[in-house]
Amino acid sequence: MSAFITLYLIPALALGAIYAMGAVGISMIFGILRFSHFAHGDVMTLGAYGALSAVWAFGLHPLAALPFGIALAVAAALLADRAFYRPLRKLPTIYAVIASFGVALMLRSAMQLVWGPQNQQFVDGVAAPLVLFGWLRLSLLHLEAMMISVSCAVALHFFLTRSRTGRSMRAVADDPDLASMAGLEPERVIRWTWIIGAALAATAGVLAGMDTQVHGNLGWNLLLAMFASALLGGIGKPMGAVAGGFIIGLAEELSTYPWLSAEPLVSPSYKSGVAFAIMVAVLIIRPQGIMKGSLL
Amino acid sequence: MIAYGLAQYLVSFLIVAGIYALLCLALNIQWGFGGLFNAGIAGFFAVGAYASAIVTAPVMPGRYSGLGLPVPAGLLLAALLAGAIGWAVARICIRLKSDYLAMASIGIAEILRLFIVNEQWLTNGSLGIANIPRPFGAWITGDASAWVFALTVWAIVAACWVVCNRLYDSPWGRAMRAIRDNEDAARAVGKNVEAFRLQTYVIGCALMGVAGALSAHYFRFLSPAATDTVLVTFLVWVMLIVGGSGNNRGAVLGALLIWGIWSVTEIATARLPADWTARSSYIRMFLVGLLLQLVLQRYRGGLAPEKSPPLRISKPATGAPE
Repeated sequence: MSAFITLYLIPALALGAIYAMGAVGISMIFGILRFSHFAHGDVMTLGAYGALSAVWAFGLHPLAALPFGIALAVAAALLADRAFYRPLRKLPTIYAVIASFGVALMLRSAMQLVWGPQNQQFVDGVAAPLVLFGWLRLSLLHLEAMMISVSCAVALHFFLTRSRTGRSMRAVADDPDLASMAGLEPERVIRWTWIIGAALAATAGVLAGMDTQVHGNLGWNLLLAMFASALLGGIGKPMGAVAGGFIIGLAEELSTYPWLSAEPLVSPSYKSGVAFAIMVAVLIIRPQGIMKGSLL
Repeated sequence: MIAYGLAQYLVSFLIVAGIYALLCLALNIQWGFGGLFNAGIAGFFAVGAYASAIVTAPVMPGRYSGLGLPVPAGLLLAALLAGAIGWAVARICIRLKSDYLAMASIGIAEILRLFIVNEQWLTNGSLGIANIPRPFGAWITGDASAWVFALTVWAIVAACWVVCNRLYDSPWGRAMRAIRDNEDAARAVGKNVEAFRLQTYVIGCALMGVAGALSAHYFRFLSPAATDTVLVTFLVWVMLIVGGSGNNRGAVLGALLIWGIWSVTEIATARLPADWTARSSYIRMFLVGLLLQLVLQRYRGGLAPEKSPPLRISKPATGAPE
């Protein structure tokens, strides 16, 4: 039991927390700008590198360096939107998808140019686990990841339901024409979408980088699972994306538990296949996702 | 000596550019004709490469091998297998908006990569498959073999070119473009939108499989590193958009131009110190991304914009034939 919690359940929830924060941005961009943002993983990586540089420069704790990563990712996202997505706004959204491919390529090559191609570590060595009741060993980082993710989700929920900006974001996602007739500024809403999406992606990137290592493909490798989470939750439903992220994280990690025999149910090397299988199932059975998101 | 080196470079350039031209023609069928987004080109390319390599390579202990089929059989199998996987992907999300197809295709590329890395009994994992034969390998060896291979590749490109042009200017191609430009109108006149899209996707994927197989036969060695997302998926998209989507000439032109820029700058920077060679490759990738953005914003038609074929309305029976 203790091994199940330590080695499977907690890492699964931590992974889910990372997916959830990445998927929220993808889902919101989908909902408001109506295109799938393929550069989201690379925004995540940029956040991780931004925090990493702050750790090197000021000797901060990685989580204390988080604001630097967020600032860098938000700046990059706003710049990419201004330079590459906004000029294509009036065209069919698939052009923005192609542009986001280009942005992904540019971000990744710029990051490899600045930070080099090798893997880098936030903190050297292995952190001592937290021991509860004398038998339950928990990784502190995994607990932090879960707490950060859940508090971000709660904060986002109140932002979207209570604040003026948040409510206008929901209005634009529901019906852009009606929203602009009601006098809401679409560009302002879009700006906030990028700020929130990139900030959450950067946070997820830092946590993912702390859990493993920081490298140029860190975010790209998580993109499939984040798309699956956003789809599962329902496109344009941020809270659905959070739920989807946790479900995908749990499914990926728990599928490698030896449920039936001594062997893992799914070989760990095929873990990311689980996210794809769920994505396919969602597309076939319920393309609008669990929260009944908009069908593009 | 220099002339020899130049000739060597020219032949390898022609072969790789030809393979890229095939990939661009394939993507042009999917995106240019049908408006279908494929973000998993590398996956279909890899399926074709491995399918053909496995059935044609000689016996190697430790993995499934020794079928030793002729190369054309390998190419055919590559097309069939890549087409079949494309069919399965398209079947699932063809009725949904193109974004879903993009996500599913990136997913299938990832699964295929996992399969290739992990199923060592079939693919030899990251160690790769060696001694893949070239067509006509039994008769021609040495430097001439590369030239014969270049001719083979460009013969296949020419054949595909003719087929693609016929497809574009056929009732099928017209229906396809009608669906791309106005799905509802095409449905209203009774076109089966899903069936047309499925066919487009499958044809494109099969052609990508053939391109993959050709690259395996050219390099004679195949490992998972050969099907890199940046070099296959990204670069092909840039080539098609720069060349002109919807236009077969644009597809081939884009492949030649972009691969020309890519490989010439690679040679130019290879003389720099090792540290700078790596850096300049990132700068090149960045600039290729920027070029894509520029074309998307300013020259959306590309170098050779799509030009609809003239209308040829047949006269009533009494009129003289044109």
